Amino acid sequence: MMRRFVFGLFLSLILFSCKDDEGEQYSATPAPLDTPDLFQSLLSSPLIPETNPQTVEGIALGRKLFYDPILSGDGTQACANCHGSQNTFTDPLRFSIGIDGIAGNRNSMPLFNMAWNFNEKFFWDGRASTLEEQVFDPIENPIEMHNTSENAVASLQATIEYPEMFASAFGTPTINRTLVSKAIAQFERTLISANSKFDQHLLGTATLTVSEANGLAIFMDETKGDCFHCHGNPNSPLWTDNAFHNNGLDDVFTDRGLGEFTGDPRDFGLFKSPSIRNLAYSAPYMHDGRFNTLDEVINHYSDGLIFSPTIDPLMKTIAQGGVQLTQTDKDDLKAFLLSLSDPSFLNNPDFQNPN
Amino acid sequence: MKKIALILIIAISAFSCKDDDESVPTPVSVNFNFTQNWDGSDIQNSDFENTQYVNAFGTQQSISKLVYLISDITFTDAGGTMYDAGDFNLINAREGTNLSFTPNVQVPPGDYLLSFTFGFDDEDNIDGAYPELNQTAEGPWGVPAPLGGGYHYMRLEGKYKDTAGTDVGYAYHAIRANDMTMNPLLLEDTSFIVNLGQVAVSNTTNIEVKMNVAEWFKNPSTWDLNTLFASLMPNFEAQKMISANGAQGTFTLGAVTQ
Repeated sequence: MMRRFVFGLFLSLILFSCKDDEGEQYSATPAPLDTPDLFQSLLSSPLIPETNPQTVEGIALGRKLFYDPILSGDGTQACANCHGSQNTFTDPLRFSIGIDGIAGNRNSMPLFNMAWNFNEKFFWDGRASTLEEQVFDPIENPIEMHNTSENAVASLQATIEYPEMFASAFGTPTINRTLVSKAIAQFERTLISANSKFDQHLLGTATLTVSEANGLAIFMDETKGDCFHCHGNPNSPLWTDNAFHNNGLDDVFTDRGLGEFTGDPRDFGLFKSPSIRNLAYSAPYMHDGRFNTLDEVINHYSDGLIFSPTIDPLMKTIAQGGVQLTQTDKDDLKAFLLSLSDPSFLNNPDFQNPN
Repeated sequence: MKKIALILIIAISAFSCKDDDESVPTPVSVNFNFTQNWDGSDIQNSDFENTQYVNAFGTQQSISKLVYLISDITFTDAGGTMYDAGDFNLINAREGTNLSFTPNVQVPPGDYLLSFTFGFDDEDNIDGAYPELNQTAEGPWGVPAPLGGGYHYMRLEGKYKDTAGTDVGYAYHAIRANDMTMNPLLLEDTSFIVNLGQVAVSNTTNIEVKMNVAEWFKNPSTWDLNTLFASLMPNFEAQKMISANGAQGTFTLGAVTQ
C-alpha cells in the first residue's frame, strides 16, 4: 500500500512537472534578424540575448508598444514621439519635451543597428548595458514619459489586446516589466539600416561622385579629417565605435556625460560617438543638439575645437581650433557623409506605426 | 589453468603498462597573462590619464589608451617542431580585457622556445578579413585602405607636455609602414617577432608577458613627442622607428608558474 502511494505521488509529481514545463516552454515563431550582406561578411554576429530570442510575435508586440502612448504617465506620449521613423528614430527638436511640458538636456539618440553595439553601452552616457535595460529609463524618467513601471504594466494588463499579444509572444497573458522590455528590445533590434548609396557603392551597384570620393579620402586621412578612428571605415559599416569621447565642445561641462554615470573625473565631458549613418535625417547634431547643420559640425572639427582636461588625444591642433580644412575639403567631406544616408530605412513598412 | 590465466593477465597488464610509458604525453593548453609597466612600475587602470611618466627624451607624458594586438604565439621544441594556433589576441590594458589568453593549440609538456608576433605579419594582415577586429568592443581596428589596409598593431594614446608646458594629445599608432609618396603604395611589414626565451610547459603552465611601455620611446630611437606626436600612420619612417623600438626589449618574459 505504501509502495503504491509513493509510486502514485511520484507519478503525479512527474505529470505536474511536465505540465508546468510545457506551460513555460511555450515558443513563439523564431524571427532571426535579417542581417544585411555587408554586415554578414564584415561584422561578428549580432548580439541577441539567449533569454530574449527574436520572434515574430515578440517583434510585433514590441513595435505596437513602441508606438503606443499607453506607456506614458498620462497616456499621451509614446517612444516614437521622440524617436520618429522619418527622423531615423530621433527627434528633430533639440531637446524633446516630456508629458509635463519639460524639456530634457540632451538630443534623443537615433535608433538603428543596435544589435551590433559590441560595447553594449546605450544612451549618450552609457548608463544602460542592454537594450532591455534601456527600455524603462525614458518611461520612468520624470521629465520624459513620467510613468512608473507598475502603472505602465497595469495599464497594459487592463486592455483586451495586450494580454493576448503577450501570451502569443511569451506564453503568458500576465504582463510584467521584464516582458515589456523584452518585446520593445526585440523590435529595436530589427531597426537595421544598411542601404545607403555608400553601401550600394561597396556592393558595386552605385558609383560615388568625385566629391563623395574625395570626402571619403579626407575622412580616412589621419592628417585631415581623421574621422575613421571613432567613426569607422568601409570595413566597419556601423560607422561608429560605440565608445565615448570628449570631442572638444566645451571647456566647462554643464553635462558630464559618461562621467555623470561613472563618477570618474576622467569621464567628464565624454559622450558616445553616434553613427554617422543617416545624418541627412538626424539633425540637430551632438549630444545636446547644438549644431543645426552638418556644416556647423564640420566647422567644429576643423576650426572650433576647445581644450579641456579630458579632451580626446585624437583631437588635433587644438590651439588652432582643429586641422583647418579648406572649404573644398569641407564640401567634399559633407558630400561623403550624406552618401551614408539610407532613405529606405525611413520608409520601411516594418518600422511604421501599426496602431 | 588458473595459473596460466593469471600469468596471461599479468603479462597483458605489463605489456599495457609498457605501452603507456612509451606513449606521447597528453598535450596541454598554456595560458598567457599580459601585463604592462613603465620601467618596472605596473600600469593599473588608475594610472591611465592620472600618472605622469617621464620618457627617455625627458618629456612628461600620460597614457589614456593602450590597446595592442599579438598573434601567432609559437612553441618550438628542441627538435624544431613548431606548435602555433595561428590565432590572435587584442589586449586592452586600460579596460583589462583579454589580459588572459589561451592560444587554441595544445603542446606536449616539455621545454620550448617561445615567441609571438607583435601585430600581424603580412601573411595575416589581410584587409577586412577578421569580423571581430573590423568592429571590436572599442570600435574599428582596421587601417584605411589608402594607408595599405589591414589592421592596427597598437594604439597608444595620451597627452604630453610640450615645451611650453601645455598638454597636447599624442597618438602613437603602430601599423604596417606605408610610403604614400610611392605609386603604387610601398608597404613594409613592420610587425616583429618577439622571442621570449625558453619555458618549461607542464600541465598547468601560466606565462606572463610583460610590456615596458617606456621602451617604445627609448631605444634605438629616443622619441621626441614634440615632433612625432600625431599623424604617424602615414609616416613611413616613423612606423619603422616604432617597430625598431618595440623589437628592442619592450616585451619580456615575466613570471612562469606551474
